[in-house]
Amino acid sequence: MTAKKSFPKPSELPVPAGAEGWEKLYPYYLTFQERRKEEDDAKFWFCDSQHWPTVFKPFETIGGEFAVKCLGQYNTRHLMIPNANGIEFRVHLGYLYMSPIPVPEEEIAARVPEFQARIGHYFQNWDTLLEQWRTKVRGTIDEMETLEFKPLPDMVPLEDIVSGKAKDGTEVLLENYDRLIQLAYQNWQYHFEFLNLGYIAYLDFFNYCKEVFPDIPDQSIATMVQGVDMELFRPDDELKALATLAVELGLQQHFAAAPATGADAEATLAAIGAAPGGRQWLDRLEEAKDPWFNFTVGNGFYGHDKYWNEHLEIPLGYIADYVRRLEEGQQIMRPKEELIAEKERIVEEYRELLDPEQQAVFDAKRGLAATAYPYVENHNFYIEHWTMGVFWRKVRELSRTLHGYGFWEHEDDLLYLGRNEVRDVLFDLATGWGVGAPSGPVGPTYWPEVIAERTALVDALKTARPAAALNTPPASITEPFTRMLWGITTEQVESWLGAGEEGTEGVLKGMAASPGVVEGVARVVMDADDLAQIQQDEILVAPVTAPSWGPVFGKIKATVTDIGGMMSHAAIVCREYALPAVTGTGSASTTIVTGQRLRVDGTKGTVTILDGANAAPQVSGPGAHSHHHGGEHGAQHGAPEADTAGEPAHV
Amino acid sequence: MTDIQHSQYVQAFDDGREPALETLGGKGASLVSMTAAGMPVPPGFVVTTASFDAFVAEAGIAEHVHSLLEGLDAEDVAEVDRVSAAIREDLCSRPVPTAAREAVLAAVAALMEQCGGEVPVAVRSSATAEDLPEASFAGQQDTYLWLTGQDAITEHIRKCWASLYTSRAIIYRLRNGIPNEGLSMAVVVQKMVNARVAGVAITMNPANGDRSKITVDASWGVGEMVVSGQVTPDNVLLDKITLQVVSEHLGDKHAELVPDATAGALVEREVPAERAGIRCLTDAELTAVAQMAKRAEKHYRCPQDIEWALDADLPAGQDLLLLQSRPETVHSHKAATARPAAQPASPAATTGGFDLSSITSSLTGAGK
Repeated sequence: MTAKKSFPKPSELPVPAGAEGWEKLYPYYLTFQERRKEEDDAKFWFCDSQHWPTVFKPFETIGGEFAVKCLGQYNTRHLMIPNANGIEFRVHLGYLYMSPIPVPEEEIAARVPEFQARIGHYFQNWDTLLEQWRTKVRGTIDEMETLEFKPLPDMVPLEDIVSGKAKDGTEVLLENYDRLIQLAYQNWQYHFEFLNLGYIAYLDFFNYCKEVFPDIPDQSIATMVQGVDMELFRPDDELKALATLAVELGLQQHFAAAPATGADAEATLAAIGAAPGGRQWLDRLEEAKDPWFNFTVGNGFYGHDKYWNEHLEIPLGYIADYVRRLEEGQQIMRPKEELIAEKERIVEEYRELLDPEQQAVFDAKRGLAATAYPYVENHNFYIEHWTMGVFWRKVRELSRTLHGYGFWEHEDDLLYLGRNEVRDVLFDLATGWGVGAPSGPVGPTYWPEVIAERTALVDALKTARPAAALNTPPASITEPFTRMLWGITTEQVESWLGAGEEGTEGVLKGMAASPGVVEGVARVVMDADDLAQIQQDEILVAPVTAPSWGPVFGKIKATVTDIGGMMSHAAIVCREYALPAVTGTGSASTTIVTGQRLRVDGTKGTVTILDGANAAPQVSGPGAHSHHHGGEHGAQHGAPEADTAGEPAHV
Repeated sequence: MTDIQHSQYVQAFDDGREPALETLGGKGASLVSMTAAGMPVPPGFVVTTASFDAFVAEAGIAEHVHSLLEGLDAEDVAEVDRVSAAIREDLCSRPVPTAAREAVLAAVAALMEQCGGEVPVAVRSSATAEDLPEASFAGQQDTYLWLTGQDAITEHIRKCWASLYTSRAIIYRLRNGIPNEGLSMAVVVQKMVNARVAGVAITMNPANGDRSKITVDASWGVGEMVVSGQVTPDNVLLDKITLQVVSEHLGDKHAELVPDATAGALVEREVPAERAGIRCLTDAELTAVAQMAKRAEKHYRCPQDIEWALDADLPAGQDLLLLQSRPETVHSHKAATARPAAQPASPAATTGGFDLSSITSSLTGAGK
C-alpha cells in the first residue's frame, strides 16, 4: 500500500439531501460538538456497522449507549485492563462511530496487580460465577416480563380506596417505564461481566500459538477452543427436533404451505392441532418456545427486529424447510461428531509438535480459553435475544398504549422519541389524565408533527452509507478488543484507504473466516426479511449476518459478508456448520448481484465472481454501508497478531 | 503373485507381506516398509534372496565358488580380478531355475500393467548384510537404469547377483574377515520415474523453525533443477495440521528436465510461457504432496526432507511418488535453539494454575 491518506473529518461528510438538522434526533452527548471539534478531529473513529448497520431511530440509541458504555466499564473500572480503557462513541449522520481509549503509558504498570487479582478471581471461580450470572440475568428478564403498560383506569378501583393506597396508577406507568430502562441497563452491565475475560483468555492462547507456531492459521486457533454444543445453536436445534418429530408423527402435509414469510401461522397450527398426533407436536412446540424462541432474526439492537415467538411464521417456515429436507433424505443436523473429532485431531496434532514443557503451557492456555470462550457466543442468546426480545415487546406495548391516547399516528412511533422524551410523555399523560383535562394530554397536538419531521430525517439519513472511518488512523492498531471483535486491523484500515487502487477485477478479498472452497449461485440478502428467498445450496451474501439465521446456514453452501472478523458471528457459525466463509470483504453485498455464480474460497479469503454481470446495484437503505474491498492484506488478518512488541497498545 | 512358488521368489512392494531383511535386503525391505506405511514409492518388486539361493543351488556352483575364493590374498589384486571375472562369468552363463524365472516374468508383467504399459525400470542390488557400512561395500550397490523388456531386466538381475563377486566386494570381505558361505542377495526392480512435475518438501518452515508447517518447492520435469537451483520453483507454505495454504510464491520455471526413454536419459527443454508462470501443482496434487510429507515424518518420527515426483505414466491420484526421505537436520537443530523457551505454568495459588503474567504481557506488549 502506498501513501497513507486520512478518512474524512466528520464535518467533511456531506449531509444527505433532506437530512439537514439531523442532530436534533439524538441527545447532545451523542453527536460531535462544535466546541470539541479540535479534540474529536484528532481521534480516529471507525464505524461499527457490524452491530449497527442502519440508521438509529432516536429511541434505538439505547442499545448502542448501554452496550458500548458497559463494555468500557469492565476494561476501565472492573478488570483494570492494563492497556485498554473503554470506547468513546458518537452517532454521526445516523451511524455509530467508535474510538477506543488507550491507558496512558505511565498508568499501565499500576493497573497490572489489580488486573491480575481481578481476572485471577474470575478464572479461578469461573463456573460458580457463571452460574450466578445466569441467575442474575434470568432474574432481570423475569422481572421485565412482569412489567405492564396498560391504559389507565377511568377511576381508581374501590379496593385501592378502602386499602388507603392513595395512588392513582400513573405512578405504576412511570415506575414500570423507569424499571424497564433500568433492567435493560442492568442486563447490559451483566452482558460484559465475562465477555472481556473470554476474549482475554482466547487472546492469550492465540498469542501463545503464534509464538510456538509463527505461521499457524487464525482459523486453527479458533477451532481449537470452539464449542460445538453452544447455547446459541439451541434455537436452531429445537427447530430441527420439531421438524424431525413432525415427520415421525406424519404431519408433513401441514407444513407444505408454510414456508413463505407471511404464511398464516395460526391456520397451520390449528390444522396441526386437529391432526392425529398434532397435540403432541404442539406441546413440544410450547416447550421449545420458552425460552428458545426468544430469538430474533436481527441482532437485538433495533425496534424492528422480529422475534420468533412473536412471529411464529418465521420458525414455522424454517421447520417447513427442514421437513422438506428430511423428506428429500437430507441430513439436517450439524455434523457435531465430525466437528468434535476434527477439533480433537487438530488440538492433538499441534500439541504433538511441542516438547513436554511447552505442552503443559499449551494445555493450560487452551484449557482456559476453551472454558472462557463459549461465553463469547452464548451470552448472545441471553442478552441480545432474550432480554432485548422482552424489552422491545414491552416498548411496543407502551407505544401502542400511548398510541391509544392519540400521541402518535402509528403504533410504533414511540421509536422516534428519545427515551428521556418518553418519560416526559408519560408525565404529560399522567397530568392530562389526572387533572381531567377535556382535550387530554398535550402530546397528541405536539408529537405527530415532530415525529413526521424525524421520520423524514431518518429516511433521508438512510439514503447514505456511513464512512468506514473518520479522521487519520494511527500508524498501527494494536488494541486487542478492537482487532478481535471488529476485525479492525492496521491492514484492514489500510485496505479501506487504498480501496480501488489495486486488486483483481472480479475478485473480492476478505478474511479467511471458515475454510473450504465452493462454487454456487449468489443470494444477496440486505435484510432479515429477505431470508425466506434463499434457495437450497445458494451462497449467502450479506452486509452482516446474525447468529439467529442458523436455519439458513443449514441450507446454504457458503457465506460472504461485508463486515466482521474471524470472531464475527458469520465466521463462528460457519465454522460450526462446516461451511466456507469469507468475512470483511467490505463491499460484497453491493458488488455481487443475486444470481451471479461465485467461487468462495474460505481458506484463502477470496470471492471470485465467475460470470460477467458486473453492474453494481444501487444501494441505499438498511444495511447500506461503505466499506470497500481492496488491498492484498485483508485475507490473513482477521484476528489479532502475536507481535505487539514495542507498540503503544491502543488505536 | 498369490502363487506360493512365485511368492517365494519375488515380493511386490505392495503385496502386504512383512519386510524381512534376510529375504529382501536392506533397500528392498525399506521400500516394502515404506509402501506399507502408505508412502507412495515408485512401484516395483523385490527378487528375493530365495531366487539367488535357488539359482546357486541349481547351478551347483556353491562349492566351486567357495574353493576359488579360499586362500585368496586380498593384496594380490591381479589374482582377485581373475577369480572375480571367472565367478561372474560362471554366474552369468548358468540358467536360472524355471520357477524363479517365471516368478520374475510374472512380476514384470504385473508391474507393466500397473504402469499402464511398457515402461523403463531400474534394477538395483539389495544387500542383506546388516553390519556392513553401505558406502564402503560399493560392490553391492550396482544400479542399472532405463531398462526395457524382459530380457534386459532378467539379464541385469543376474548382473546384480554377479556384482556380489566384483573384485572390490571380494577384497572388502577378505579384509573384514567376512565369510563367503551363506552370501546372498536380493534385487529391486522398480519403475523409472517419468517426472511431469517434481520437487522437494520439508516438514517445517525452515525460515522460522515452525514445525506445524510444510514447505513445498515444485517445478516442471524432474527435481534436479529444483535441487540444483537452476530454476526458481513454486514455493508454497502449508499448515501441517489443516493442510491449508499459508502463503505461496510462484516461480518462473523457464526450463525442465524430462526423461527421454528412447535415449535412456534426461533432456533439458524450455518451458512454454503459459506453463512457466502458473503453479505446476493443482490444489489436489499439493495436498497429496503435503499429506505424503506428513506421513513420512510420522513414519520416521522426525522432521523430513523429501524428494517427490508426479509420474506421467501413472493414473491421476496414484501418480505421486516418494523418491527420497531423509531427516531434516540443519533447520531442526536451529529451530530447537531458536524456539522460545517454554514458560512454566507457574501455578500461583491465586490463579488456579493460570499464567497471568503471560496474559498481562500479551496485553501490554511487555517482555517480548
